Amino acid sequence: MSIVVENLSKRFGTFQAVSDVSFEVPTGQLVALLGPSGSGKSTILRIIAGLEDPDTGRVSLTGEDATSVPVQRRGVGFVFQHYALFRHMTVRQNVAFGLEVRKKPKAEIEEKVERLLKLVQLHGYADRYPSQLSGGQRQRVALARSLAPEPKVLLLDEPFGALDARVRDELRAWLRRLHDEVHVTSLFVTHDQQEAFEVSDQVVVLNHGKVEQYGPPQQLYERPVSPFVAQFLGQVNVLPMKALWNPQAIDLKHIQEAFGSDVLNTEEAVYVRPHDLDIHREPNTRPCWRGRIERLTPLGGIVRIDLSINSDERLQIDLPRDQQLALSLVQGDDVFVSPRSFTPIGPPKQIPGDAAGTFYTI
Amino acid sequence: MASVETTRSGGDTGLPDLVLRGMTLGYLGWMVVLPIIALGFQSLVAGPQAFLDAVLDPQAVHALKLTVVTALVMVVINVVMGTATAWVLVRYEFPGKKVMNALIDLPFAVPTVVTGLMLVLLYGPSSVLGTILGTYGFSVIYSQPGIVLALLFVSYPFVIRSVQPVLLELDRAEEEAAATMGASGWLTFWRVTLPTLAPAIFTGAALSFGRALGEFGSVILVAGNQPMKTKTTPLYVFGEIESGNKQGAMAVSLVLLALSLGVLISLNLYQRRWSLEDGK
Repeated sequence: MSIVVENLSKRFGTFQAVSDVSFEVPTGQLVALLGPSGSGKSTILRIIAGLEDPDTGRVSLTGEDATSVPVQRRGVGFVFQHYALFRHMTVRQNVAFGLEVRKKPKAEIEEKVERLLKLVQLHGYADRYPSQLSGGQRQRVALARSLAPEPKVLLLDEPFGALDARVRDELRAWLRRLHDEVHVTSLFVTHDQQEAFEVSDQVVVLNHGKVEQYGPPQQLYERPVSPFVAQFLGQVNVLPMKALWNPQAIDLKHIQEAFGSDVLNTEEAVYVRPHDLDIHREPNTRPCWRGRIERLTPLGGIVRIDLSINSDERLQIDLPRDQQLALSLVQGDDVFVSPRSFTPIGPPKQIPGDAAGTFYTI
Repeated sequence: MASVETTRSGGDTGLPDLVLRGMTLGYLGWMVVLPIIALGFQSLVAGPQAFLDAVLDPQAVHALKLTVVTALVMVVINVVMGTATAWVLVRYEFPGKKVMNALIDLPFAVPTVVTGLMLVLLYGPSSVLGTILGTYGFSVIYSQPGIVLALLFVSYPFVIRSVQPVLLELDRAEEEAAATMGASGWLTFWRVTLPTLAPAIFTGAALSFGRALGEFGSVILVAGNQPMKTKTTPLYVFGEIESGNKQGAMAVSLVLLALSLGVLISLNLYQRRWSLEDGK
């Protein structure tokens, strides 16, 4: 394990920024700390770097306790959201800084700066000042600068947050490739779930200073352990079980096993992703909700359909465009909607197997 | 100083616009440029020889040297203490900080003659402090250290007020980045923070220097106006006018003016260079 965080807590005045956070980052992986603003993700990153002191808890880097090691001797690379390049130094001087501080021989510094600038594809920009570079270029310089002293771990604080959408996409893909090349254990902070999914091997989801869930992106998406995770990772519909209408009593046995036989009459609710719903004009043997189409929004290859069920519950479906055309759906139509799979929210009476997120396929 | 750009491009040719433009331009010429021309013309009209003779008068040379040296000593102290004061005001929280911040502008509000009087009362030969200093062989009032003290008082806020806003807006992330790369606090200050503050420090230094060149009221009281000892250039100019040597007063004034303009112009050039570097 390259980064081990144990029972970390930090309070700012009356605000509990981090409370009892523990997780581990395996060597060589790229892990995302994902959460909304105020969830404590940047604070955790800064504590790992030594830029903040935790109130309680421990930080270990490559197997050694680093909790009381000052930031200068932790051997971490840190990339800031707003680049934090030294503005009065050229690109070359910026990248060389960490090596000069360590009093490396001149020839070695020069050789290494050249190599790093090639790595971040800024070879021709060595003598420019940061102000003469675009945002994406600046962040690449910052990355080269943080890698120069060969850090044990690389920490990135919303590294693409200040960039516009197109550059951000490019840089994400580029960071992923770079990581596959350099293999330095990396932890990066983001509030953008798409970014976390695209770039990272694993994701730590944070909320109110606590770890909600930790795992590979797809697992979080398919098996969220809490309503928060389900809702934070993409669009989700929250639907009442009792509204499920099923004329021909199909097999609901596995649902009833988990929730009890009265599940369909309780206030239990379920999550359904907008792309996990089928729409049809006549009821069939599958459990379904009755709904009315309120709005159709074409979004290129798919159509987003807003429905109302029981007149006050809202439901969103992402349907491939050709299916919408085949069913010739228009606003105001009454339709039937069946979930292909869903996640129960409420405290289930008992869940077979592990207590982690449960995912039911119908 | 950053140059002020016009906000409207393209020429308006309406009559009110022309009148307004002509009026402000004329006002500038009348108020600022004309007096300078008058001085330049009058001091040179007697010919270059008379001008040189007046400037190279031993008393005039001494006065100029004294003015520049005392101003430079003041600037060095001001740069160090002003930067430190701004640092303390921005980076630390402590009781009395607001009062301290408010007191800093006080020297601007004190009439310079009053400043001189206060210093004489505090350090003068008949004062307690002056007597103590005197027994150790230091004299402050009626000697050069007194001039530096007076200049320090009147220019006290310049460096602080130039550096403070820059320090406030400084992105701490640059310093943090340096720290993660292993740089100590002191090294970070020298290599990262100070270069960022340099333009502001230079501005403060140039403003204090310019202010010091022309300081009259406080200096005349603390310096005692002794030729070849404590007579600075403004005092010299005043003395020459009093004693009817108009040529001497004008020539030395022109040199003083050139010096002031030199500081102003170099400040502008320096800032332009820096802003190119910074891309602003």
